Amino acid sequence: MSTASPGDRQRWYRSPGLLAAAPAAIFLLIGFAGPLLMVIGFSFMPPKSFSLAEPPTLANYQSVISASYYISLLWSLWLATCTVIILFVVCYPVAYGMAKLFGKWANLVTVLIAIPLLISENIRLFGWLLLLLQNGILDGSLRSLIGVEMHGLLYTFPAIVLGTVYVYLPFMLFPLVIGISMIPDTLKEAASDMGASRWQVFWEVELPLSMPGIMIGGILTFILSLGSMAESKILGGQAIITIVDDIESAFTFAQNWPKGSVLSVLLIALSGLIVFMLFRRVDLDRIIGRR
Amino acid sequence: MTQQASARLSRRLITVWTICVLIFLYMPMVAVILASFSKQRYFRFPIQRWDTVWYEKAMESLSVRELLWTSLSIAVLVTLFSVVLAFFGALAFARYDWKGRKLYQRLVLLPIFFPQAVLGLALLLWFSALGVTTSWHTAVFAHMVWILPIVILIMSIQAYSFDPALEEAAFDLGATRWQVLREVTLPILSPGIISGGIFAFLLSWGNFPLSLFSTGADQTVPEWLYSKMVSGYTPMVPTLGSLTMSGAALMVALCYITWLILRARRRAQGLSKS
Repeated sequence: MSTASPGDRQRWYRSPGLLAAAPAAIFLLIGFAGPLLMVIGFSFMPPKSFSLAEPPTLANYQSVISASYYISLLWSLWLATCTVIILFVVCYPVAYGMAKLFGKWANLVTVLIAIPLLISENIRLFGWLLLLLQNGILDGSLRSLIGVEMHGLLYTFPAIVLGTVYVYLPFMLFPLVIGISMIPDTLKEAASDMGASRWQVFWEVELPLSMPGIMIGGILTFILSLGSMAESKILGGQAIITIVDDIESAFTFAQNWPKGSVLSVLLIALSGLIVFMLFRRVDLDRIIGRR
Repeated sequence: MTQQASARLSRRLITVWTICVLIFLYMPMVAVILASFSKQRYFRFPIQRWDTVWYEKAMESLSVRELLWTSLSIAVLVTLFSVVLAFFGALAFARYDWKGRKLYQRLVLLPIFFPQAVLGLALLLWFSALGVTTSWHTAVFAHMVWILPIVILIMSIQAYSFDPALEEAAFDLGATRWQVLREVTLPILSPGIISGGIFAFLLSWGNFPLSLFSTGADQTVPEWLYSKMVSGYTPMVPTLGSLTMSGAALMVALCYITWLILRARRRAQGLSKS
């Protein structure tokens, strides 16, 4: 832009997009792209090295693939899959109500669901700890009311799934609401006028048409639970080791940056692939705002 | 069953289900508040003796004050910087048509989808490679990497409903670029700026995975809560948890009231003009 003719300057006035994008873009280059590239760089360094100047090698990838890290990756994938399925079943009726049935009450429900997002995840998970604890709220009230003991709820795989379902619920619900509200009512009416049952209307009209919302919600919650840390730490104890646990211990206790980098790259590549597929199918302008 | 009756039934079922989900969402928070009023050192339910002794202890404790101060400093700075950067970022995202917009939209949202713990570790590596000692200053930077895209997204929702003709009209009437920004763009986007700011503050205030790896020797409230949770129960955890929850509730309420007042004032102005 060094040769700015008067005409060019006129255009800068009218379309200053690049100028407005620059500050945030530069910040994210330094704060996001930089660290990301460095992690990728470290994944090709010899094991246990702390500098990027060594000759590149694939040794870390080989050792990670031959070691048992796939177990933690599979646990994380299974956790994310369970979370997404449960969330979809739990959220679809609520989203349907918010988009089509509740009318002016929908705003109140939206606010009530958004408020917990503003409270630290740790505090809310601690609440579940109190509920599930031995002698905790569930155990204690059941014992004093009907004399049933509920031991061993905490520090299990279902407890972690409960945690991820709980924490990421809004991230499934809100995209679903957007998706379902994009279905024109007239289509449903037309289908039932032509003799479709309620189930057929759901299966053949509502579900396909709300697919963009379902996809966004599903992928968002899948990725979030794949990379979750606090849920398994607080509610899971040592029940399962997730891929994020492995990454953390490689970087901190083991002080093996290249190995931690390889595991990070694998996780990032997996989530990146999923996001990429999402972005290819979804038009952001249409979902967020105009057009 | 007639069609109308079945529609009424499914409507009722959905309402009941929604109420169940809301109870599910708020149950743990109620649990934390209940636990904060228990006098015992170890949590048992039903609670035998109710007391506010732990609130007094928390108020007196110097380390609690320091924790709150660290968390507050980080959240305030993150809010200020994010709002300023996101204001322009959102204009580029939603308002202006320019060549790289589609690409920019996708790249700027990437950090939201990124596992926060991995992002925190990558930033830890980045800081140590650059020779920066981690402290709460670096935590401000780390929080912004994740929060700035979210604020841009929130403000963009507002910016999409922006009518470009308003800015053009101001230009045609001879306003400078700065005047247009201050007197047209800024007021129109102000609801988005306020909600973006609230989100930035509270997301930073409650963040754990990024703080864990980027605060160095300093400690924020969520970090402290976590370290106490894994090392054994202390009644200070529900107490401090309840305090920060009521802080967040207070802030949301204050913003809502400000919004109501502003709206009422704007309406009154509109009436007096017409």
